[in-house]
Amino acid sequence: MVEAGFDVRGLYVHEVSLMQDTVIIAVKQAREAGAQRIHRVMMRVGALSGAVPETLEFAFEIVAKGTMAEGALLEIEKVPVLCYCSACAEEFEPADLVCECTRCARPSVEIRRGRELQLTSLEVS
Amino acid sequence: MCKDCGCGLPGDVAIDGVPVGSESAHSGGAVAHAHDHEHEHTHGHDHARGHDHEHPHPHPHEHHRTVTVEQGILDKNDRLAERNRGFFQAKRLFVLNVLASPGAGKTALIERTASDLGKELRLGVIVGDLATENDAVRLRSHGVPAIQITTGSVCHLDAEMVSRAMERLDLDALDTLIIENVGNLVCPAVYDLGENLRVVLLSVTEGEDKPLKYPVMFQSAQVVVVNKTDIAAAVGFDRETALHNIRRVAPNATILELSARTGEGMDRWYAYLKQAVHRRTASPA
Repeated sequence: MVEAGFDVRGLYVHEVSLMQDTVIIAVKQAREAGAQRIHRVMMRVGALSGAVPETLEFAFEIVAKGTMAEGALLEIEKVPVLCYCSACAEEFEPADLVCECTRCARPSVEIRRGRELQLTSLEVS
Repeated sequence: MCKDCGCGLPGDVAIDGVPVGSESAHSGGAVAHAHDHEHEHTHGHDHARGHDHEHPHPHPHEHHRTVTVEQGILDKNDRLAERNRGFFQAKRLFVLNVLASPGAGKTALIERTASDLGKELRLGVIVGDLATENDAVRLRSHGVPAIQITTGSVCHLDAEMVSRAMERLDLDALDTLIIENVGNLVCPAVYDLGENLRVVLLSVTEGEDKPLKYPVMFQSAQVVVVNKTDIAAAVGFDRETALHNIRRVAPNATILELSARTGEGMDRWYAYLKQAVHRRTASPA
């Protein structure tokens, strides 16, 4: 848990901004659904989304404080990178974050999956 | 600071030193983070069951239900970026987003460009930093209109900050707007500002593997500038490896090697930039 008095101003990470936006969307959606508490927040985060899941979790605890999502569980579905090689006409999952075809080693610019950064669903009451 | 409860998430964004009272989710001021204080103790848990309210992971009760959302966290920024892009197009303005680590030479590149192309291009600059107005002051000394965004603790510029900053520039007097992002190879990568061209700098002092370490940033670049070539030999820069790594991550990016300090290689950058600007200003709005 986050210590009382923790100051997010010391955090130079965009995960704080991202989770703040996530909580805003979550609270809006939960209210529209007539809920009063958010118990669980489900997200989908790609390996090339530019966001680190562990940092998102840390930031979530901080920014959810004082909102109806305080204490909610954040569940992150991690999405691996999927690229497409036009020369081989095949999709491939690169070993790292560099999209080089695993068959012909050509670099690819077609990233089909792995950039996701989404709030997928909420569990509310 | 938040007007409602005094909390200060995440930072205090200011444009030319004037704090902005933004409704944006992450551009400081009266941050629109979600408030729900009145509901804090009104949830329907049964206290008689001895349910532990400090428990961070509430067990699903039977009355819990699922709300499907399926919304991108960056959707709002992307919408604002598209709005900026439409606005820039209407003004026939060519807009660059310049990104790099701190100290890679972003301001030096823009300074030299402003100084050398001041007569050919009508340049304006928006510069983002965590603190200080030093960069805007440096740029203004070259006669370039420059607006400083200080982001407080926010590690990137977003489309909303740019939209607010550009209100302070006479855009009709410009044909080129250079946005110098906060020095950082991670966070600014995912925020579209509405730019037409993304320029990522890599200085020879940073090491040849930077593109592999920060693939999200380098993948997004249309131009990669390798800066400080004048000291490449002194720092043992392995040019072939660096270029190879850039091409692996960003196969379609144009690579320009130059030294903003000595001016070496700047002519190719100027030719590239002038051509891009003229293409934009000649195209129908």
